[in-house]
Amino acid sequence: MNKTLNQKAWFFVIPVFVLVAFNAVVPLMTVVNYSFQETFGSNVFAWEGTRWFKEILHSERFHASLGRQFIFTFIILLIQLPLGIAIALTMPKKGWGVPVCLILMSMPLLIPWNVVGAMWNIFALPEIGFLGNSLNSLGFDYNFTQQSGDAWFTTILMDVWHWTSLVVLLSYAGLNSIQPAYYQAAEIDGASRWDVFRYIELPKMKKVLTLAILLRFMDSFMIYTEPFVLTGGGPGNATNFLSLDLVKMALGQFDLGPAAAMSLIYFLIVLLICWVFYTLMMKDEGRT
Amino acid sequence: MAKVTLKNLSHSYLAKQNSDIDWALREINIDWKDGGAYALLGPSGCGKTTLLNIISGLLKPTKGEVLFDDKDMTTLNPVERDIAQIFQFPVIYDTMTVYDNLAFPLKNRGLSENEIDYKVKEIGEMLELTSTLNNKASGLTADGKQKISLGRGLVRSDVNVIMFDEPLTVIDPHLKWILRSKLKELHQKINRTMIYVTHDQIEALTFADQVVVMHEGQIVQTGTPVELFEKPKHTFVGHFIGSPGMNILPCEIKNGQINFEGKILPSNTNIKKTNFTKTQVGIRPEFINFSNDGIKVKIKRVSDTGRHKVIDTECSSGSIKILANSSTEIPSENVHITFDKKYTYAYGDNWIIE
Repeated sequence: MNKTLNQKAWFFVIPVFVLVAFNAVVPLMTVVNYSFQETFGSNVFAWEGTRWFKEILHSERFHASLGRQFIFTFIILLIQLPLGIAIALTMPKKGWGVPVCLILMSMPLLIPWNVVGAMWNIFALPEIGFLGNSLNSLGFDYNFTQQSGDAWFTTILMDVWHWTSLVVLLSYAGLNSIQPAYYQAAEIDGASRWDVFRYIELPKMKKVLTLAILLRFMDSFMIYTEPFVLTGGGPGNATNFLSLDLVKMALGQFDLGPAAAMSLIYFLIVLLICWVFYTLMMKDEGRT
Repeated sequence: MAKVTLKNLSHSYLAKQNSDIDWALREINIDWKDGGAYALLGPSGCGKTTLLNIISGLLKPTKGEVLFDDKDMTTLNPVERDIAQIFQFPVIYDTMTVYDNLAFPLKNRGLSENEIDYKVKEIGEMLELTSTLNNKASGLTADGKQKISLGRGLVRSDVNVIMFDEPLTVIDPHLKWILRSKLKELHQKINRTMIYVTHDQIEALTFADQVVVMHEGQIVQTGTPVELFEKPKHTFVGHFIGSPGMNILPCEIKNGQINFEGKILPSNTNIKKTNFTKTQVGIRPEFINFSNDGIKVKIKRVSDTGRHKVIDTECSSGSIKILANSSTEIPSENVHITFDKKYTYAYGDNWIIE
């Protein structure tokens, strides 16, 4: 068979190349460029090699915010996944309750992130906020603007409120795709409720849960807007997560070189964890 | 092991039933002997799966009773009824090994490790799964998975009835044959009551001693494969069973005789009742012969299937299919056909007139 040589099809790919170039390649390469140089403004650059990378990797400040970031992500995954699955399991499967629950569940996801931060800021204010005031009148000494424990508590609560719905909706979709025959077979086999969850529902939800974990990991690991509005990273550096720290370094101190190196390290960490996690979860899939 | 009796069973998925079409099942009466192999045959939506789920206890009937060995089971759940059911597509526990899948129903019933091990290995051998017992169940092929579902039903020695709900739907044609013979063999070996639901007449006829044909929520005929073929009691059985199905054509009944195309058709049927809104004559394509006189037809098409010829003909009342040996000479002009008297039946309002 003779193939005719025709390279015109490449023209069709040009729009995509242009788009990707402008929204990903060019900004990323700019960051790469900054990360190897020192700049004093007015477009004067000096080559620094890997100095910023070494500095960041050995910086205690970076270790601290990275540590905070991991703890935060770990805690919210630990809460949101079981909670989301539990809520999805109790949601009705048919009738008028379905649309009601779905709408209620989608609402937090539709609120702009800075509004969520502002809402919770006011909600949690110790004197006038409903949450802060109630906790204080119940006898708790609660003040998220001054006590780091309270700040963490409020940030986590806010994130759980904002994002658990995503896990719920994904799990619910996964649960609904299970054929009734599985439940019937389990009933005939004499399986307990726990067995049904352990051997049918959980394995069948594997794919959507992988997706949920990946999405929640990435989003929470890069969380910025909500804690910025709620606590601004404080009190002190208590809730100074990686992205908050990065912005402070880049725009607050105008250390563009180290900030660029930090963004690249940040980016590689997210990429690496996602890749490892996805590979582990999907290890068995290829064989079936 | 048990005999199964269904008494005046009716079921509706609606809360209120106004007319016949609101019922998924209407007045089902069945007596199945202990250790028999039965098939429920009918097209999709005729109520066979509903009936099966009522027998297994997954559904509670709107009216009527389910009895196992004359004991009322109507309100008991599947575990209390001690039944096994195999579904349309393989239902396996993905994360367990084949061994654990087979052991699962036994573990849930609190059997000892030794008993479980013995049983699982026995069933594994019977189903030729021994070499894969320690593999993850999710890695098996569709027929291997269906064997596991089958095995989970067979592994318990106390089951009253084993039910199959179109179990070969997802299996490749060449494996269908193997699994079907396997089932038949297992039935002879373990001698338990088996109920097999299918819309495939070949599956039903090869598996079962007694076939129950269902149509629109009703049982239209129960009988051996031969009975269903030779004497369909309902026009539905006539055209559903057999390939091609029975020829059913409008006719008139006068003085106890079948009048068709201006001729009187000889028949063994003794017709007394005549007040029907619709009367038809039924004859299977196998029992029609070419002759010098009889009903005049025009030949439309001849298709040769190798062993048989299927001849499409037309008379003024409609089309008639004829099945003849490949060696049969087909007349080209002035074609006349006659019906075998023994297999010519009259139907009034779709039911046979006897």
